[in-house]
Amino acid sequence: MVEALGSTQEGNLIINVGPQHPATHGVLHLVITLNGETIVHVEPHLGYIHRSIEKMCESLTYRQFIYVTSRMDYLSSHINNHACALTVEKGMQIEVPARAQVIRILMDELTRIASHELWWGAMAMDLGAFTPFFHAFRERESINDIMEETCGARLTMNYIVPGGVMQDIHPNFQNRVKAFLKMYKSKIHEYDEMVTGNIIFQNRMKNIGVLSAEDAISYGCTGPTARGSGVSSDIRKIYPYEIYNQLDFDEVLEHGGDSFSRYMVRIREMQESIKIIEQLIDHIPEGDFQAKTKAVLKLPKGEFYTRVETARGELGVYIVSEGGTTPYRIKFRSPGFSNLSVLNHIARGSKLGDLVAMMGTLDLVIPDIDR
Amino acid sequence: MFLKDYINDVYGAVKSLLVGMRRTGYYFTHHKEIITQQYPDNRATLDLPERFKGEVVMPHDANNEHRCTGCTACELACPNGTIKVITKFEVNAEGKKKKAIDKLVYHLELCTMCNLCVVACPSDAIKMAQTFEHSVYDRSEFTKVLNNPGSKIMEGVE
Amino acid sequence: MWSLQKIANTIHEWLNTTFNSTIATTIEMVIAGVAVITLFALLGLVLVLMERRIAAWMQIRLGPNRVGPQGLLQSMADTIKLLVKEGLTPNGADKFLFNLAPFIAMIVAMLLMAPIAFAKDFQLWDLNIGVLYISSVSSIMVISILMAGWSSNNKYSLMGAMRSGAQIVSYELSAGLAILTIIVPIGSLQFSEIVQSQVNGWWIFKGHIPAIIAFVIFMIAVTAETNRAPFDLAEAESELTAGFHTEYSGMKFALFFLSEYVNVFIVCAVGATLFLGGWMPFHIGHWESFNHMMDYIPSSVWFFGKTFALIFLIMWFRWTFPRLRIDQLLNLEWKYLLPISMFNLLLMTALAILGWYF
Repeated sequence: MVEALGSTQEGNLIINVGPQHPATHGVLHLVITLNGETIVHVEPHLGYIHRSIEKMCESLTYRQFIYVTSRMDYLSSHINNHACALTVEKGMQIEVPARAQVIRILMDELTRIASHELWWGAMAMDLGAFTPFFHAFRERESINDIMEETCGARLTMNYIVPGGVMQDIHPNFQNRVKAFLKMYKSKIHEYDEMVTGNIIFQNRMKNIGVLSAEDAISYGCTGPTARGSGVSSDIRKIYPYEIYNQLDFDEVLEHGGDSFSRYMVRIREMQESIKIIEQLIDHIPEGDFQAKTKAVLKLPKGEFYTRVETARGELGVYIVSEGGTTPYRIKFRSPGFSNLSVLNHIARGSKLGDLVAMMGTLDLVIPDIDR
Repeated sequence: MFLKDYINDVYGAVKSLLVGMRRTGYYFTHHKEIITQQYPDNRATLDLPERFKGEVVMPHDANNEHRCTGCTACELACPNGTIKVITKFEVNAEGKKKKAIDKLVYHLELCTMCNLCVVACPSDAIKMAQTFEHSVYDRSEFTKVLNNPGSKIMEGVE
Repeated sequence: MWSLQKIANTIHEWLNTTFNSTIATTIEMVIAGVAVITLFALLGLVLVLMERRIAAWMQIRLGPNRVGPQGLLQSMADTIKLLVKEGLTPNGADKFLFNLAPFIAMIVAMLLMAPIAFAKDFQLWDLNIGVLYISSVSSIMVISILMAGWSSNNKYSLMGAMRSGAQIVSYELSAGLAILTIIVPIGSLQFSEIVQSQVNGWWIFKGHIPAIIAFVIFMIAVTAETNRAPFDLAEAESELTAGFHTEYSGMKFALFFLSEYVNVFIVCAVGATLFLGGWMPFHIGHWESFNHMMDYIPSSVWFFGKTFALIFLIMWFRWTFPRLRIDQLLNLEWKYLLPISMFNLLLMTALAILGWYF
């Protein structure tokens, strides 16, 4: 294996980036073979934060297992919960009330913005600009405040239950979301001024880590990583769930395939999420926020699969049921794992500093990769 | 024109840098934009939303009565085994034996604040409190008994 | 009027009347050494606090505000913390070089203090090649960084050190050329003469566009030379954890930290002397009353004011810009700064020959 890494070649240097390293945003371990500053090979090592969430889910009932999935991709925990609830609803054939559907979508999009905000700040910090990180947190915190008021928690909300949402939205919810939209729009030009338009930033990002559309497909990339290469992969458009097919929003596509395209996809995706929220915030239908469900949920015997678009890409939830109260087997198809697999391909031949930028644009959340 | 491009490059680069510096300069001079909350100092004004999930508590009224019937719905709903309901049999005024809780043991160290027990409770006996400063010196202090000593079930709660 | 010069003269006279000249000179040297060390420590405390405050305000935070009034004692507390921390030496390290490197960094920073004119006629050593001395001594700094990086027996440190080597060596060129652009019309490398030549206006005003270009290039080059963001590739926190001082802890780390800040102070002092007139007050043409008012402000205040303005600028850079990549860093130097400053030097030489400056 050592030979495969190219260490036997004279002058090559192997360094371990991580598990504790400021650039890996978690406990990712990269074994990097360097030739001077140039990367010869990158080998990600996983498993440092493996908590066997899939196995844990097998011993939990269909109501209980949803909260565990918040701990996978903690930045889009709400969307993870949504995916699980959708799978259970699909199996049970529960009709979700219109109000619950709209609330779920609103929360999903708020989560997406919050996740992209954190990514934006961390991305700039990877490139050495510390200030944007704190500015990103200003917007993210106001989303968290909204979440806290309605769901009761800031990060692992556990707001979605099979059949709807746990509680009705808080009476302040609509006003606060509108206030957030207003605040967000007044700050959006700062993103351009501080990071996107900056000449140093652009030079660091453009034509770096180029991922062709073919490679994006063959590595199984999804989400903004794939859309940055021009691969249409937005589950909200391709396999619409809830009422996404009735909404007016665009799938963001950039065709460069480089780090800057992936960056721009996320920046523009935030605008699309804003668009969705604006369409729905004044039109939350009246009615129940939760469908009437049995006290004990039992999925019929069979296999169920749903997918949703998280902030990082396609999350698939696969449940094998034996007809009992707990799943026989659960498998999560996490977006981060496939997106990480592309790292060696795009990083080879570039400089060490670019590797950090590329990891930033892949938007890795390590608990999502390891589960 | 090579030279013209070169000068344009330099001009555009310098301009983009100055735009960024203007933005940070703006925040440097506008201190009212500061968003820091000085947490331990602002305890008095700290205002948590009523839905905030801090820990599970059991409200008691003035007569030291709670609404828990000991049905163990919360225990069954909990994904982590956080709640243990220990029941006993009480003899009521008519001489009938009736099931009631002896202790409702709550392990805060296991709790993930998922709110499933509160949702599951048929008699609204437990709810989420807005406390969040949970750190203690001894781990055993995390194991709490939610019902007050000597407390009884409220009249009319079945 | 209170001035540093008078204090210095009083001490000098008193020593010379009390002792014979040899002892007097020795005592003066000791005083100067103590003064430099004190200034060193003070600068460390003040600049660290200043940087943290600037960073906090730009990042819409409050910054240190717990220790002492308004957090003014924060850097003092940090110093105490660093002093009592254990200074580890890694097992495989070259122990001698590892422990020597921070001291070289500090000695270099101290040596650089010598020719700087802090106030009117207040200077440790007014040697006739002052600017040359500064640029030659400051290049020793790279040796300490290379030493630290190599002896740490850490791959991150080594990479940081090698980056730093390439960076400092190339940016010294354009810093030197920018200095030279101003030296050409002055015709002297002596600090006192450089300041004296600006009695009728600072060079940034007198020298037309070449001086402004030289000033910009100088600021960029010295930011790179002192390893500060956006050129902090030697440290590159998100890439190399802490670069060449990854393995240092306690006071040995503090010496690197301190020497970085003192270096920033010195390059800004040189910049202030060359371009902004050093301790020379701000004068406008023939506005006698205005000029007279300006003269009332002590020269040391002028000097430190200008220097700290430049330091603020460098800190402003740091908290705004992302970091460059190593090849971009060298491209910037060799493809942009160096040709521009060479052309600029030619322009200034032409101006100097024709006498087209004020």
